[in-house]
Amino acid sequence: MGAPGVHRPAAWSAWAISPDALALLGTLLALWWLASHGEWVNRAFLPTPEATLASLAAGLGLQGRPGALGGFLLATLQRVLLGGLLAAAAGVGLGALLGSSAAARVWLQPGLEFLRPLPASAVIPLAIAVFGLSPSMVLAVVVFGAMWPVLLATLHGMASVPRQLREVAALLQLGRVATVTRIALPHALPDIFSGVRLAMTVALIVSVVGEMVASQPGLGQALLLAARSFRAADLFAGLVLLGATGSAIHAMLAFAERRLLAWQRP
Amino acid sequence: MPLQRLRPLAVPALLLAALEAYARTAGAGSDALAPPSAALAAWGRAFTDRSLFEASAFTLGGAALGLAIGAGLGLAAGMVLGLAPRAARACTPAIELLRPLPSVALIPLAMMIFGFGLWMEACVVAVATFWPLTILAQAAVRQVEPQWLEVAQVLGLSPWARATQIVLPAIVPRLFTALRLGAGIALVVAVTVEIAANPHGLGYAMSLAQQSLDPALMLAWLGWIGVLGYAVNAGLLHAERALRARMGVA
Repeated sequence: MGAPGVHRPAAWSAWAISPDALALLGTLLALWWLASHGEWVNRAFLPTPEATLASLAAGLGLQGRPGALGGFLLATLQRVLLGGLLAAAAGVGLGALLGSSAAARVWLQPGLEFLRPLPASAVIPLAIAVFGLSPSMVLAVVVFGAMWPVLLATLHGMASVPRQLREVAALLQLGRVATVTRIALPHALPDIFSGVRLAMTVALIVSVVGEMVASQPGLGQALLLAARSFRAADLFAGLVLLGATGSAIHAMLAFAERRLLAWQRP
Repeated sequence: MPLQRLRPLAVPALLLAALEAYARTAGAGSDALAPPSAALAAWGRAFTDRSLFEASAFTLGGAALGLAIGAGLGLAAGMVLGLAPRAARACTPAIELLRPLPSVALIPLAMMIFGFGLWMEACVVAVATFWPLTILAQAAVRQVEPQWLEVAQVLGLSPWARATQIVLPAIVPRLFTALRLGAGIALVVAVTVEIAANPHGLGYAMSLAQQSLDPALMLAWLGWIGVLGYAVNAGLLHAERALRARMGVA
């Protein structure tokens, strides 16, 4: 087991699609088709696969006329990436401070331990009171929520620097800052990456909630509006797009991790 | 050294004192911030008019109901996937396709199907806890000593008996850890559902306090949510240690 909540990326070999898996996916799709066409479930809740696909194509502007979904997707992506980056910077910075200084741990860690389990969404009303119903409100909550996995992973990675490396740093008479930036943080990079991957998942979740609550443009708002007006096909199109976005972010980070951390592997 | 013991409390106390001072002077009459003492008084009022208990009971109940459904289904799915490698290979792509969808995205769908109330909240919590519990249960089953499975084979146990009499007892300690993580997720998702849509419970009470420009009450709810989450985790951690000690697992 690694640090809490940190797991290795799913190897792409897990994706080697077997005939069984293909059959299962086909069965699920067929069940959806049957359930929606046979009206096993109220059509108001479960659109047909074709209607969902058509709604997705129209929303992305693939049918000539510009659609709204593409813009919402870009807005959400921008929020997630910016929030995730700020959270990673805050998490690594705070983690490096706590990881390198026993005094900082004694004074700050207990307070942080109390803040950490607080649901990010519970901070939304406070953020609304402080920032108003604005994009910066959503961004602040995203950073608050997504910072913790990076912070924990940085701490964990820095705590596991081997004794030999510490001795090398002492031998070279590196200062505290140089020890952190040249030895401890590079050693902690694999852990930090796992933390960032988790942080991006949190950032996507909090962005969607923030868009729903504060009515900021994005996929969260698109979903809520579609549900309020009982446009089930649009709702499912949004869900498909959101799921695909989550997968794409994960795949990109796994790819970046393999490329950037190639030097760590023996 | 009693002074040394107080060090962890120094920074939070200083911040609270600074907030108290700011909210009583420069920030007096603010719609966003209130002195911590006023928040404590607001908490006391919520305690005496029983709204504290009603909101807490709804949120904890919704989280527990959703966790029971999600963890029950997740445990069953995880055990099947852990015991049958072929099923695991067949299901992995479908799982990896469905899992990245954030559970909060299902809030609008649940709202459409169930309307507002307990079931809509429990449904979203169930989906949110189902995936992690499935994966943790599957991992726990895979770590069962192979010898024990061989014993089951030698005894000629049926698959059902093998699962309930050999595998389930063997994974109890790991399952409890998974359940504790699930409880944390359940509480977070329950509060999120209430803040985003459901007009009940702690999350809604907090949003309502903010919308009625009562920052003291809002901070009181925020602090209470933090205390509840901390208490639930600490309680389960304590129970987990006791269970592990009784079962003789480190």
